[in-house]
Amino acid sequence: MSTTETPAHEDEYRPSALAVARRGYRRRQTVRSVLLAALSTAVLGTVLAVAVTGSPGWETVRGSFLSLSVARSSLPAILEGLWLNARLLGACAAGALLLGLATAVLRSLRGPVAFPLRALAASYTYAFRGAPLIIVLYVLVFGVPGLRLTGTPSVLVLGGIALVITYGAYLAEVFRAGIESVHPSQRAAARSLGLTHRQTMRHVVLPQAVRRVAPALLNDLVALQKDVGLISLAGPIDAIRAAQISSIDSFNYTPYLVAGVLFILMAAPLIAVTDWVTLRAARRQNAEGTT
Amino acid sequence: MTADPVLSCQAVRKTFHGRPVLHGLDLDVAEHEVVVLIGASGSGKSTLLRCVNLLETVDDGAILLDGEEITDPRHDADRVRARIGMVFQSYNLFPHLTVLDNVTLAPVRVHRVHKAEARRRALELLDRVGLADRAGEYPDRLSGGQQQRVAIVRALASSPRLILLDEVTSALDPELVGEVLALIAELKREGTTMLIATHEMGFARQVADRVCFLDGGRIVEQGPPSRVLSEPSQPRTRQFLQRIVEAGRL
Repeated sequence: MSTTETPAHEDEYRPSALAVARRGYRRRQTVRSVLLAALSTAVLGTVLAVAVTGSPGWETVRGSFLSLSVARSSLPAILEGLWLNARLLGACAAGALLLGLATAVLRSLRGPVAFPLRALAASYTYAFRGAPLIIVLYVLVFGVPGLRLTGTPSVLVLGGIALVITYGAYLAEVFRAGIESVHPSQRAAARSLGLTHRQTMRHVVLPQAVRRVAPALLNDLVALQKDVGLISLAGPIDAIRAAQISSIDSFNYTPYLVAGVLFILMAAPLIAVTDWVTLRAARRQNAEGTT
Repeated sequence: MTADPVLSCQAVRKTFHGRPVLHGLDLDVAEHEVVVLIGASGSGKSTLLRCVNLLETVDDGAILLDGEEITDPRHDADRVRARIGMVFQSYNLFPHLTVLDNVTLAPVRVHRVHKAEARRRALELLDRVGLADRAGEYPDRLSGGQQQRVAIVRALASSPRLILLDEVTSALDPELVGEVLALIAELKREGTTMLIATHEMGFARQVADRVCFLDGGRIVEQGPPSRVLSEPSQPRTRQFLQRIVEAGRL
């Protein structure tokens, strides 16, 4: 709302001298803050630029990290690798989210009948949160084909499975935290209406839980985005491996920087979409709008 | 009375960590009857309501709904709860669902009513409590009194045999209490069977067919509100009412 508007139906209202003085003061304060921020940013930027470009080794570093021609020639191979990252990320993210959610729901079951399921889910999260991803990956991509069973899936699929079971364990704990954060009174209200345990989970607990832990889930998905590249240990060429190859070819580090920038660009929409979704839900639900 | 009572509690006992909260309590609620439970905090009012709704498991005794023993562990608790409506002190509306979706959730999911039909009936009920225009809002945007009225409508939407009201005005500002109590008084006029736990003695007097004073997990005294609230025969009831008067709540 602008501070100068005068509602048409309140013609008789004129701001007092006091209010006018306050507005003027606030406006001057705003202008002052903006100017100060601009000035300090400019000073810091200049200092950094002078320090970096004025350093004795700047020319060498610029040549080996920021070479435009190397960037251009390495880009196609890196993009091809990135396409593998993207596909693997999509499949693994979906798989890990499903596995994590299922595990968390199993851990939330009550009653002695569900004990084996609970125990299974709990030991899974214990084991795979502790196990280093690289070792899980080695066991699956080198160990499983070594069994020489017919119908063994490709290295890509096996590597994907390793990623899904490792990240599924992390995500299970995030989902569980969300489920436990929903107040028991919500469950009581749902059950009092006659909803079954499953319906209560599906319609009352999980929608609130997932919304609450969305930022944490996203964190893990962005980490997954970086870890899918580890599949290159088993042969397939992802963006970073492609960058490594071009880098060795050209005796130049620029391809790594290219891959790094592409990774940031790939994460940005994911982060933006999640932020937007959570913000919109918060706006709709809360009386105070955003807080 | 010839017909079976809607609700019959027989020697109900409940302990928490070895501490008895309900001490072999007996209570019948007849059809169209409004029974109000009064008593100090910790006297067992809320526990009794939660036991009736099977949110707590009784240690001993039986609870019968329409002559059917619902405390029998072989009984499907979800089916029983579907026939009993409950309204909580802190409303417990679902914050991620709109007012309308809060009200239609149980009819659609539990009673398998057609979505359009459930919405039509929900809007009708919301209209009666003056909240039809807020149907699309989320609960946190409503005042406490409005939220509690929605919670009552949510309980009513499944056409339950019995409605349990647990201190439904305790979390409300004094000026919002009236709108909720007026709604409950209207439900009484329509013949809704209700079991109510409350601290509002004025309200108990106005709405109750029978007032039960609970102390130490037992019904110490019961009868018509005019008698129990004005000329209690038990010293403990007198003591309790005296404290209420001193606290300015009568």
